[in-house]
Amino acid sequence: MVEAWNSWIWPTVWIVIKILVIVVPVLLSVAYLTLAERKVIGAMQLRKGPNIVGPFGLFQPLADGAKLFLKEMIIPSGANPGVFILAPCVTFALALIAWAVIPFGEGLVLADINVGILYLFAVSSLGVYGILMAGWASNSRYAFLGALRSAAQMVSYEVSMGFVIITVLLCVGSLNLTAIVEAQRDLWFVIPLFPMAVIFFISTLAETNRHPFDLPEAEAELVAGYNVEYSGMAFALFFLGEYANMILMSGMTTVLFLGGWLPPLDIEPLNWIPGPIWFAAKIAFCLFIFIWVRATFPRYRYDQLMRLGWKVFLPLSLFAVAVVAGVLLTFGWLPTPVAG
Amino acid sequence: MIVEALAFYMFAFIAVAAGVLVISSKNPVHSVLFLILAFFNAAGLFVLLGAEFLAMILVVVYVGAVAVLFMFVVMMLDINFTQLRSGFLQYLPLGALIGLILLAEMVVVAGGWQSISAGAQMAKAVAPIIEGTTNTHALGGLIYTHNVYLFQAAGMILLVAMIGAIVLTHRRRDGVKKQRIADQNARGTDTVETRKVEVGKGI
Repeated sequence: MVEAWNSWIWPTVWIVIKILVIVVPVLLSVAYLTLAERKVIGAMQLRKGPNIVGPFGLFQPLADGAKLFLKEMIIPSGANPGVFILAPCVTFALALIAWAVIPFGEGLVLADINVGILYLFAVSSLGVYGILMAGWASNSRYAFLGALRSAAQMVSYEVSMGFVIITVLLCVGSLNLTAIVEAQRDLWFVIPLFPMAVIFFISTLAETNRHPFDLPEAEAELVAGYNVEYSGMAFALFFLGEYANMILMSGMTTVLFLGGWLPPLDIEPLNWIPGPIWFAAKIAFCLFIFIWVRATFPRYRYDQLMRLGWKVFLPLSLFAVAVVAGVLLTFGWLPTPVAG
Repeated sequence: MIVEALAFYMFAFIAVAAGVLVISSKNPVHSVLFLILAFFNAAGLFVLLGAEFLAMILVVVYVGAVAVLFMFVVMMLDINFTQLRSGFLQYLPLGALIGLILLAEMVVVAGGWQSISAGAQMAKAVAPIIEGTTNTHALGGLIYTHNVYLFQAAGMILLVAMIGAIVLTHRRRDGVKKQRIADQNARGTDTVETRKVEVGKGI
């Protein structure tokens, strides 16, 4: 009995606790990200934003959540019920499982796997399925067009994102996220690889279907895109998944370019602050830029979006891979010796 | 060991079941979804073998890109399912014949592998795990250092195939209006007039 407890039951319980410790803060930050977005955009447009429910509108996310939870979920008669219900679940689950490999601090990671960055890349590339399935299963023109746009857009921007990740990996010599952060102890990659960081951030905007690339849900032409037919909790899952993806992409940017949990300089007052707080602060900074971009730029036209992805970012990032590899090889800065 | 065996049988069973459902489900979109499930379970099997790099690449390439394009095409097909079903018996002998040939070939391959002594030794040999290298590093050394010419040749073949596909599908039509970004950016300020408008007055 004791052996079973030690070798089977307790590890299972422990990993469930660890998962909860990650998932609950992520969901809370998703809830408050929606409030932050409305507040920040309100401030940028000289409005107050939500300020009625609770002090400074702090209970607004709870009220929104309760409203969505209590609403009826309608499945359209022409819809394909199985896929229709599966789609929001897939979106939400994919947005959460990616957090398994994100390092929040030194050693604070659920699964420290060797191919962490590839895992993140794989999960983010799967996000398109939730949207495609929703668009197809809804059996509605608007939803279908939104889903098609989204699929094309996400596949296009993934290519340049992959190349940007390769430039970072060349400087690190490992696919492990903890190793990527540790490699930035002296210098964050945002400084030597600044153009790549910009390309990566813009690609994450397109990958999460955020402004100015929110064509899948362009409300002026497609009503609301792929999620028109969804209501109640199913819609809420899409919404949560989308915002959790934003936070995840900010986390990826932080790990790849902004030095993860490391302080900007390893000096006295700065390194007193614990790593997870630095990590959260950097994510919050990236999220602020996400919202700032939304409040500032008009939506791209579809052909402009495709041109930017394929004709500008793809050649640039491919060129950068060659340049970074060449520089590292010429100056002997390669992190691992060339396999002989 | 028990957990590993259980995980193996779970992945293997779901992969095979998903494979059966790919060919038996009536709706082509469901078929693609089951294909994706099969890919996932194959990736799980790779992870159990310790080939985590291959597993991730399988998910990124096949699930993240190839299957998306599949789904893209299949979703837009306008198929009459009853018509599709009607030809089933007609093609059954041909399909059965192809299936039989494939089965026979696989039996020959497996039998040959078993009967030749060198093959049996190769099958028994476990992939060497070099201390201190991840399988990403080992694969990189193998592909980009030891077999770089073969890698380049494969790249050339793919490039030729891509150019061929573009040449075959690209049509030049007259009278199509295209946006030329460079021309637009090179346009001077003479086409636009900026004016300072006073408050309360029009132009």
